[in-house]
This record gives sequence, C-alpha cells and structure tokens, in this order.
Amino acid sequence: MKRTQIYGMMAEFDTPDSIVHAARLTHAAGYRRIDAYSPFPIEALAEAMDFHASGVPLVVLIGGILGGLSGFFLQYWIHVIHYPINVGGRPLNSWPAFIVVTFEMTILFAGIFAVFGMLALNGLPMPYHPVFNVPRFAFATKDRFFLIIFSSDPKYDPAETRRFLEGMNPRSIAEVPS
Amino acid sequence: MDDRAQDVMNKQAPVIEPGYTFGTVTDKISSIVLTRPTSNGWFLGFGIAFLVTMGLLYAVGYLFVRGVGIWGVNIPVGWGFAIVNFVWWIGIGHAGTLISAILLLLRQSWRNSINRFAEAMTLFAVACAGMFPVLHLGRPWLAYWLFPYPNTMSVWPQFRSPLVWDVFAVSTYATISLLFWFIGLIPDLATLRDRSENRAAQIIYGMLAMGWRGSAQHWARYEMAYLLLAGLATPLVLSVHTVVSFDFAIGIVPGWHTTIFPPYFVAGAIYSGFAMVLMLAIPIRKFYGLEDFITDRHLNNSAKVMLATGLIVAYGYGIEAFMGWYSGNRTDAFLLWNRLHGPYAFFYYLLLTCNIAIPQVLWIKKVRTHPGWLFLISGVILMGMWLERFIIVVVSLHRDFLTSSWGMFYPTRWDWMTYIGTIGFFLACMFLFLRVLPMISIFEMRTLLPEAEVKAE
Repeated sequence: MKRTQIYGMMAEFDTPDSIVHAARLTHAAGYRRIDAYSPFPIEALAEAMDFHASGVPLVVLIGGILGGLSGFFLQYWIHVIHYPINVGGRPLNSWPAFIVVTFEMTILFAGIFAVFGMLALNGLPMPYHPVFNVPRFAFATKDRFFLIIFSSDPKYDPAETRRFLEGMNPRSIAEVPS
Repeated sequence: MDDRAQDVMNKQAPVIEPGYTFGTVTDKISSIVLTRPTSNGWFLGFGIAFLVTMGLLYAVGYLFVRGVGIWGVNIPVGWGFAIVNFVWWIGIGHAGTLISAILLLLRQSWRNSINRFAEAMTLFAVACAGMFPVLHLGRPWLAYWLFPYPNTMSVWPQFRSPLVWDVFAVSTYATISLLFWFIGLIPDLATLRDRSENRAAQIIYGMLAMGWRGSAQHWARYEMAYLLLAGLATPLVLSVHTVVSFDFAIGIVPGWHTTIFPPYFVAGAIYSGFAMVLMLAIPIRKFYGLEDFITDRHLNNSAKVMLATGLIVAYGYGIEAFMGWYSGNRTDAFLLWNRLHGPYAFFYYLLLTCNIAIPQVLWIKKVRTHPGWLFLISGVILMGMWLERFIIVVVSLHRDFLTSSWGMFYPTRWDWMTYIGTIGFFLACMFLFLRVLPMISIFEMRTLLPEAEVKAE
C-alpha cells in the first residue's frame, strides 16, 4: 500500500439522516478536517460539522456597495464634470434621475459578486479532485451520501479511522488516493 | 411532513406524486437528456421553429439593407411593432424570475419543478426582447453607443432619459437571469456528468459543472449565494418592467403620462409570463410524461396567479378609463373616446375580452386543473397582452394633441415576419434547451421527497 498518497478515508451512507448523524459523531469524536457530500443541500449537515457560510454575504455586500458607487459616480462624472450641459439652469447633479441606473448597477455588481464569489470561495472551477478517484463517488450526485476524513487531520490514522467509520454502519468504506 | 399532511387535508394535488426516490427522480429527468432517443416530434417541432427563425433572419437581413422604412412605422406612430414586441417579450420573461426568485423567498416549494424551464423561458424571451430596440435604432450597427464608453467624440448617453435607464435595466436583468439560471444548473450538470456514458457528453457536462462535488461546505455557500441572488432578483424584476413603463410614463403623450403605469405594467408582465409558462408546461409534461412532477397543483397555482394579476390589470384599465373622465383633461378624455370609438376600437374591445372577460372562467376550479382549457386561455391571455401593448403604443401615438398631426399605423409583412420570427427563435431555443439540459431542477426535486427530511435530534 502506498501510504503517503492517501487523501482521506471515505464512508458511504444511504440516507440524509444517517449522514447527518455520522457527521455529528465524527465532529464530536474530535475530527476537524472532514467533509460530507450530498446530492442536494442539507442544512443540518453543514451545521453538524460546525460550518457557516459567512464569507458569501460579505462578498455580496462589497459588490453591492461597489456597484452602487460606480453607478452613481459614473453618471455624476459624465453629467457634472466631464460634459456638463446647462439646460435652463437646472442643477447638473440631478440625482433623482440617477437613481435607476445606480440601483441597477448595485444589483448587477452584487449578483455577479454573489455567483463568482461563491465559486471562488468554493475553489471552483476545479478540474481535478481526489474524491472522484473513488468509483462509487459518482453516486454522490444521485442518491448516496459520503463522509470523508482527510488524511491531513491530526487525528487521522488509517486503521483507527477506518474502525471509527465502520462503527457507524456505512454502506461502504474506501481509501481515497490523491 | 407538515406540507404534505396539509395537502391531504385540503384535498390538494401533491407537488410530486408519491413513490419516487432520489434515484428514480434523477433517472427520470436525466434520461430525457442522456438516454432516451430524440423523438420525431422533437425534430418536427424544432424543424418548424428553425425555419421560422430563418424567416426572422431574412426579415432582419432585409431590414439592415433597406432600413426601418420597410416597417409600418412613420410619424406620428414612430414606435410601432418593434416596441410592442419588446414590451411583450420582456413581460413574458418576468414570470420566470418571479417563479425562481420570489416564490423561493416565499418558500413555495411547488416552484421547484417548474423554475428551471421558466428561467430558460425568461432568458430566451429577454433575448427576443433585446433584439427589437436595437433593430429599431435605424443604425443598429451603432447600438454600442447606448453604453457609456470612453470615446474620442466625448459623447455620452443621457442618463436623465428613461431610454438609457432601460438599457441598464434590461442588460442587468439579462445578466442576472443568466447567472441565476446557470448557478441553478451547476449541481444538475454534475449529475449529468456522472450519469452520462458518452465521453463527449462527460467532458462537456464536466467542464460546465466546474468540478462540483456536492460538498456540504459548498452547498452551504451555494444556498447562501442562491438565496441572496433571489433577494437581489426580486426587486430587480419589479424594477425592470417599472423602468419599461417609465419609457412611456415620463413622456407627455396622452395615455402614457400616468402614475398607474409601473404597477400595472408589472402585473401585466407576470400575467403574460404565467400564460407562457402554462403554454410551455402543458405540452412539455404531456410529451415527456412528466405529469408526476408537473401536477395539477402547478396548473392550479399558476392559474390562480394569472387570475390575481389579471384582476390587477383590469383595475389598471379601470383607472385609466376613470382618469380619462375624472381628470377633466380634454386630451385624456379624447384618448378614452378614441379607444372606444376610434379606428382601432375593435382591438380595444378584443383586448378587454381577452384580458378581462375570458380569464374570469379561471374562478372555476375545474378549468384551473384542465390542461386543454388552460392552454387555450393562456393563448388568449398572451394575445390580449400583446394587444394591450399595441393599444398603448399605437392608439396613444396616432392621435395626440394636434389634429393636424394625426395618422394611422398599418403593419407591413416585414413587421409580421420579424414578430413571428422571434416566436420561432424563442421556440427553437426552448427545443434545444429541452434536449440538452435537464428541464426540471433535479437537485431541488430531491429536496421535495419525503426521504429528504432529516429528523430533528
């Protein structure tokens, strides 16, 4: 066996209940470098591993503020600084007329930041990832649930970790080559 | 369990028929794309739509050679079919965003089986809508002048004009709709990548899925981004048709210069959009055997939304007529008279019939759950909403303040060819979408299954 080339140990479960339960136990057992895979979002699963998506809202807020400011000052710069047109003495900085474009730019930037920020925080696109080396992992996008303990976890020990995972009655266990 | 128990109590059709598992839901939807042979019906439908699209190409090609003079537009009616079709198409798109964003925020889980193709519908409808203002420019090759870019002429768009607002609103709407649609597709593209046995399909879906693996951390960020995007798309979709209505309401033409326009336009947009959703959903669920996923519940709910928005639209017509009388303004009063008795009166009565009278049968539950009737009524509503925009654009413009500048608008064959051509383009895009992408969101369907519930500890 190639010991150094192991990415982690993966266990397969049948139901959302069992994966959430397993994730809780694993977290409680002191494993911290873990992850779980499911074919649809399960809120309790992220909670079980004590994970919170705190980065995304901040990114969206920054995007929205940037978009709003650039939208407004684009118009301000054009109509007040670069090419002012005096129409019957009306104010150049006619801000109520600038609201619509400011609003649209806020939404545009916030939306783009939400999507690309989410992808970037998730490290996507990622052309290669070791978990796909496990043949059964193809079912992670259909009807199976997987729990992985990464070999980088300080508590990781091939025999010990396998015994721990077996204790939770998974459908199968596989070592993930990296 | 609460929702399902409540459905039984209320004797409502379920959102998804019982007996499905994660596996069977996945197989049923992905098999349409991956394994089922392409039916002759698909080739026939796509073929016809494609031919009509070629008609559009011809009409547009001829327009580029000869200019907008081939259309019926002239002074006083300078806006004609191009703007009628623009408003009609962009309105149709609104239902997709309403279903995907607003119903998500309202936790209406029945939306999960229709949001994907409704969003696709939005995209294609916005693409059709976007063509018209550009074709109408007169010098369409200078369309990029609409955007503020640094140029040696030092010429900028006039940001105090609603037409420029519209450029920003529509292009933002198109971008956000595309992003929303694509981010919703990522997990399903991963499913197709893993289910596909064809090497080329694996590579293409694999690249599009960007290495999605369904990690719990990814899902948490994904759900957060999706929710925020829905929260952003909700005011956006309301703003888009509001800004479209500003194109009219900021002007002083009688019949345009009214404050009722924004809400009445938004309601009309959702009205026509749901009609289009039903016109697509009813044949799709029949031909692909998806009655278990798009159930009578969906038909019923969509029909209720149509009924409600239809009543708001009726209120809008009522207020327009009332203000024509109550304002005491002679041009406004004349506009009302002209609608009822002028040369286009027939179309105004047809509009009232299509948009107000006929849809009242939706009060009857039997009609709301009868696919055939719903399909017909949706067609009537789509026609009615097109007529509404025709009345707003043409009837208001053709007789305004000065009797000396009155005139008539008659569409030419090129007007019709361009309009029908965009319908062909829209349908051709829909056919391609049905063939290569999952038309129902697979991962969101999985969350609707009883087995997806995690019992609280």
